Amino acid sequence: MRFEQSQVLPEQIFQVTRADLVRYAGASGDFNPIHWSERFATSVGLPGVIAHGMFTMALAGQAVAVWAGTGDAIVDFGVRFTRPVPVPDTDEGTDISFTAVVKAADADFATLELTAVCRGEKVLAQARAKVKQF
Amino acid sequence: MPLDQSFVGRSYPPTAPYQVGREKVREFATAIGATDPLHFDPEAAKAAGYPDVVAPPTFPIVLTMAALKVIVLDPDLGVDYSRVVHGDQRFSYNRPVVAGDELVVVNHIEEIMTRAGNDFLTTRQEVRTTADELVATVWHKTVVRGESA
Repeated sequence: MRFEQSQVLPEQIFQVTRADLVRYAGASGDFNPIHWSERFATSVGLPGVIAHGMFTMALAGQAVAVWAGTGDAIVDFGVRFTRPVPVPDTDEGTDISFTAVVKAADADFATLELTAVCRGEKVLAQARAKVKQF
Repeated sequence: MPLDQSFVGRSYPPTAPYQVGREKVREFATAIGATDPLHFDPEAAKAAGYPDVVAPPTFPIVLTMAALKVIVLDPDLGVDYSRVVHGDQRFSYNRPVVAGDELVVVNHIEEIMTRAGNDFLTTRQEVRTTADELVATVWHKTVVRGESA
């Protein structure tokens, strides 16, 4: 799609389970046990197993791909990780919701400012993606 | 103990080449729930002007996270890895990574800062082909939580 200044993009919700974290660990090579071992995560003071920050960022990228209608739109992509995303050992896991506003747009590029929320709290800050206009 | 400031501005030699495989791109895309055929189907990728399947935007982390270990595990710098938290992450792309790319990572230490007892280490990593084409630049801010934080 072509983005327009001030456009508000529709919410996308991604479900995240422990199985997703294990799959992402294998695909990314990040085997830090805070992302799969409850025993280890609690021993270092975390509430439990948490999602990889880079998994949350990857889902944000996927949300952008859906809004843009293509997986190769992003030319610049940055986030700050502000809060962990705890993933309980249940069939449902947890949900992360992504919304975005178009902060700038011209004929060639648009800049989206994203909001990522898990259990009512923002888990990313300064989340921006510059995308090619198609 | 604060990190050694003399490391600011330091650059490291390129990592060993990483061959981006088509199945690895598909595996990564599947793991993040990506659905665009560009990531899975070489014909779809070719129709969009790419030589082979296109990696999702955060794929370079597969290489850059591994390359970062050279820095954070350097005993002279003094990062306590058990206290490391991922602070910020940014990717700037000259083009998407595609299957068949042979990539190296060149690490640079851009900034070391101490604030409220925590250390902040900002690295810049160039992802280049073995033919020295710059594909992406990746910034990673590592937070090393202080003993009292």
